[in-house]
Amino acid sequence: MAEKQSLWNPAILSQAVAGAFTKLDPRAMVKNPVMFVVEVGSVLTTALLLEDLAHHQPIAFNLQITLWLWFTVLFANFAEAMAEGRGKAQADTLRKAKGETMAYRYKTDGALEAVSSAQLRSGDVIRVEAGQFIAGDGEVIEGVASVDESAITGESAPVIREAGGDRSAVTGGTRVLSDWIRVKITSNPGETFLDRMIALVEGATRQKTPNEIALSILLSGLTIIFLLAVTTLQPFAIYSHAPQTVFVLVSLLVCLIPTTIGGLLSAIGIAGMDRLVQYNVLAMSGRAVEAAGDVNTLLLDKTGTITLGNRQATEFFPAPDISTERLADAAQLASFSDETPEGRSIVVLAKEKYNLRGRDLTGMRVEFVPFTAQTRMSGVDLPGTRIRKGSADAIAKFLEQEGSSLPRKVSDRVEEIARMGGTPLVVAENTTALGVVYLKDIVKGGLKDRLARLRAMGIRSIMITGDNPLTAAVIAREAGVDDFLAEAKPKDKMDLIKREQAKGKLVAMTGDGTNDAPALAQADVGVAMNTGTQAAKEAGNMVDLDSNPTKLIEIVEIGKQLLMTRGALTTFSISNDVAKYFAIIPAMFAGAFPVLNKLNVMRLATPHSAILSAVIFNALIIVALIPLALKGVKYEPKSASSLLQRNLLIYGLGGVIVPFIGIKIIDVALTALHLA
Amino acid sequence: MTANGWLQFVLFFAVLIALMRPLGIYMARVFQGERTFLDPVLHPIESLLYKLCGVNAEEEMGWRQYTGAMLLFSFVSLLLTYLIERLQHILPWNPQHLAGVSPALAWNTAASFTTNTNWQSYVPEVTMSYFTQMVTLAYHNFLSGAVGIAVAITLVRGIARRESKTIGNFWVDCIRGVLYILLPLCLILAPILIGQGVVQNMHAYTQAQTLEHGQQTIAQGPVASQEAIKMLGTNGGGFFNANSAHPFENPTPLTNFLEVLAIFLIPAALTVTLGKMTGSPGHGWAVFACMSVLFCAALVTIYWAESQPHPLLHGVSQSSSALQSGGNMEGKEVRFGIADTALFATATTDASCGAVNAMHDSFTPLGGMVVLANIMLGEIVFGGVGSGLYGMLIYVVLAVFIAGLMVGRTPEYLGKKIEAFDVKMAMLYVLIFPLLILVLTAISVLSPQMGLSSLNNAGPHGLTEILYAFTSGAGNNGSAFAGLNANTNWYNISLGFTMLAGRFLMMIPMLALAGNLAQKKSVPPSPGTFPVNSSLFTVLLTGVIVIVGALTFFPALSLGPILEHLLLHQGSLF
Repeated sequence: MAEKQSLWNPAILSQAVAGAFTKLDPRAMVKNPVMFVVEVGSVLTTALLLEDLAHHQPIAFNLQITLWLWFTVLFANFAEAMAEGRGKAQADTLRKAKGETMAYRYKTDGALEAVSSAQLRSGDVIRVEAGQFIAGDGEVIEGVASVDESAITGESAPVIREAGGDRSAVTGGTRVLSDWIRVKITSNPGETFLDRMIALVEGATRQKTPNEIALSILLSGLTIIFLLAVTTLQPFAIYSHAPQTVFVLVSLLVCLIPTTIGGLLSAIGIAGMDRLVQYNVLAMSGRAVEAAGDVNTLLLDKTGTITLGNRQATEFFPAPDISTERLADAAQLASFSDETPEGRSIVVLAKEKYNLRGRDLTGMRVEFVPFTAQTRMSGVDLPGTRIRKGSADAIAKFLEQEGSSLPRKVSDRVEEIARMGGTPLVVAENTTALGVVYLKDIVKGGLKDRLARLRAMGIRSIMITGDNPLTAAVIAREAGVDDFLAEAKPKDKMDLIKREQAKGKLVAMTGDGTNDAPALAQADVGVAMNTGTQAAKEAGNMVDLDSNPTKLIEIVEIGKQLLMTRGALTTFSISNDVAKYFAIIPAMFAGAFPVLNKLNVMRLATPHSAILSAVIFNALIIVALIPLALKGVKYEPKSASSLLQRNLLIYGLGGVIVPFIGIKIIDVALTALHLA
Repeated sequence: MTANGWLQFVLFFAVLIALMRPLGIYMARVFQGERTFLDPVLHPIESLLYKLCGVNAEEEMGWRQYTGAMLLFSFVSLLLTYLIERLQHILPWNPQHLAGVSPALAWNTAASFTTNTNWQSYVPEVTMSYFTQMVTLAYHNFLSGAVGIAVAITLVRGIARRESKTIGNFWVDCIRGVLYILLPLCLILAPILIGQGVVQNMHAYTQAQTLEHGQQTIAQGPVASQEAIKMLGTNGGGFFNANSAHPFENPTPLTNFLEVLAIFLIPAALTVTLGKMTGSPGHGWAVFACMSVLFCAALVTIYWAESQPHPLLHGVSQSSSALQSGGNMEGKEVRFGIADTALFATATTDASCGAVNAMHDSFTPLGGMVVLANIMLGEIVFGGVGSGLYGMLIYVVLAVFIAGLMVGRTPEYLGKKIEAFDVKMAMLYVLIFPLLILVLTAISVLSPQMGLSSLNNAGPHGLTEILYAFTSGAGNNGSAFAGLNANTNWYNISLGFTMLAGRFLMMIPMLALAGNLAQKKSVPPSPGTFPVNSSLFTVLLTGVIVIVGALTFFPALSLGPILEHLLLHQGSLF
């Protein structure tokens, strides 16, 4: 589903054209006051046109005006239908995954019965075997299985789902690939995660967001002001012995009220949600997307967000009189059977640095010693040789048993590594300590730059880690976060959020575990990982299907882009009016007062062509800006002042200049075509 | 246009900037309840007043309570004024034995002075007794100004405070405004005016014989005391019909300079107070800069327009020389010339003062359009005392909201998020103003009996006159374009209503906005915060004001002064 759609997908286009007409229903139009005024104006001119027709009046000009007024309404509806159509296309992909599936439900006596997924209710327990689809959202209560969630996430690699812990949530519509699980259903039909997703991307349950409401009020207010300016113009015109026709007055009104932003406002909102979906993030409400743009503080978990999930070996520090090669060789031998990422990283480091390749151990009598909680070390026993690696304490104990001890230099090195935020692993061979392996947290590539970009926009990042403050400080510096919270317990995270919020800041965080749920709910933007528990998903207001915590940064950027697009088009729309006045006012009164033609700065051919050009420009600009509304304005991470300067220049000043040019071009075309 | 004229403008602006900073900081101290250097003298009086009025100075009010107190106070003042006007013939200090004022005129005048408009449908020296002038009209000059300042301060508090349910105490703000600000300034200005020849007495009018053996009645009275507050409180109601063109009100170029300065002094200083109280001096300067840009643009245009020779006046020298001002001198005082008249006219219409030292009706069509447009911007270019600042701040809120989204955040104004309720109140404020002007002008021009019968000029000039009257009323300016006899029942009553609505209907949403802002959390500033203290912001704010103002009134103006200007150059006069 993460595929990008071409803007002019023919299927969506044809549906949108049909949608533009069905949306003419005044009950739907009234929700958009600006466009409703245009529709009322169009109805009015249509009625008058019919009257003219009945009286055999010339109608060429009035007919054109009326048609273009209707086009204005239709174009705005078309923009909204386009945005919805793109959402629907996403939803259809999802719906295919959903379908209706069979489920095997446990009866009270423990036997299984086959039921349709539509009959499942919250609380039912089902059994899903390899090859079957999971019939609804739920929680694994028994068993472990690999599950193909590609229908939701687009990620082809299967994921493990198991009872208990943070990997117990399963989603309806996904498929079990191996083993079996018992799943307790947690949602009723029609309320599953997939259902909600479909509803959201379709825009069916879309509610106006706070900013959208405020903006609608502004636009309605402006509409009323222009309604006043135009309706009172008629008395002034009558006083001046130059009364106007209703066609001209409605034209002036429609040109002045902010139809550009009014027509595109809901499309912008829907498109914003859609962009998130393309990033594989589902927002539970538009409000959450908007809040993302306002975020002041990002809480980033160290593990998985800032650093790669695991520590990696980065350096060998041999003990005195030991060669680095020997240490590397022993460390690699001791790690061959160690399947943990740390163990593998030691093998890789030895291979890369000292060209120690994997060797054939089958001929040798090798016995691997696995890691246990008691010994806290692992290693390998070769004939006559015992190699061990583990924490400094464990190895010291091992050496003691062998009648030896940890050399001073080695223990100094251990301390030094710990102080730098790394994890030291000591390697010993029989009675000799060979040296120390430096395991280190690896900061994700490019993160520092992205955090710096966020800082430029005034967003502070705080790293949350269970590490001690010393270790945390080292990683914080390396990752370029602004602050860190060390030795953090879940409650500390919650307190930090509340503290930030008390200062008036908006906080965003990611989380997956059940113990993250309260903090996810408290945060203004809580992004739950799709691999997380049901509780976490319920508590957050977004779900990242890829379970990539770093995506929080993209989410913030999308939120900002959404707000910027609205602001840019509002500014553009209002700035446009200046030119329209200079087109229409002289045209209205040039008949009675030819001297007013001095205000006709665009030198438009005739009063009729001037008015018609303004109306046509006003309608066409909506269509011209649909791509911008759907894609969003270009986003650059910059400070507020430089963003404002750039956007004011483009959309403010540009908004003043563009219509002068556009109206003139249309006027030339109309005259050439003998339309006016 | 002369070097002397430009030099006077520069001098005026320099003196204004020098005086506004100390006054602005002083006013911030006054309204934050801090000690000032006048405390030793004024504090005992202040405490006594609280005791007499039963005001608990420690008590703070929420916006609803504040609005209630303000409306109640203004209503009672309105009623008292009406009664005194009606009964002035049986009250003292009436040496000319002037009769009681007619009901429609008394209503209009009471509304006019309560709202800080000082629109005068009457000739004061033959209508109002000394008692009426000193007790009710001068009283309003102080109190309506103080109310305006108080209300503006609540909005500043709303911006500055965090999570506060209250925005101040109306009675305290009013009393401190009069006692610590208006009164001391008047006590400085009035003696200077007297020294320059402004009259101050309680005599009956003098009958004089002119050189041509004609009889002349020389009106006089307690003028200087009223003149000072008339300018400082941006009231503008003249003691005489000729207002500041009258030699007893404004005798010399120096008094003219001081009077213009007095108009702008408090409104300009309030921008400093804004910066001080919100902890963002840069924002105060940005707002001041916006006002200055709009002021300078208007001043230069009027100065230029009025310096042009009249196109239809032939055979007479209209060029400027050592002996004459040149340009369009119709309706202007020779002792002021073009420059001082342009300065006065710009200031009096930018601020909602409404005092005049020349007849705006006699300006060139373009000059006349600029004074009209100044008021149409909403009296926010410095504006009335207090009302100018809060009107401007409404535009700041709108500018922040319109462009604020463009930085990718919910718009924030000095840490306060601008949300649906704030936009609603700001739009309501902005909406009422054109509603009053356009609708009432439209009704007037459509009704020959009510609206057109008392109009002396036809064509576009007549339209401008009616438009100007309602604009002046709604903007609480009070200056008249003349040419229109507004002392008719229709104009007295409708203009009275316009003035009240233009004051109080607009104050209510503004106070609601103040209350709503006060209770919000404040987001600490960061590089992502919308900048409201930069020159870029000044440009943005100026743009929003000009575009909103122009879009609203351009159609009306195009049929009024613009058409008149174009027709004049074709040889038509109205």
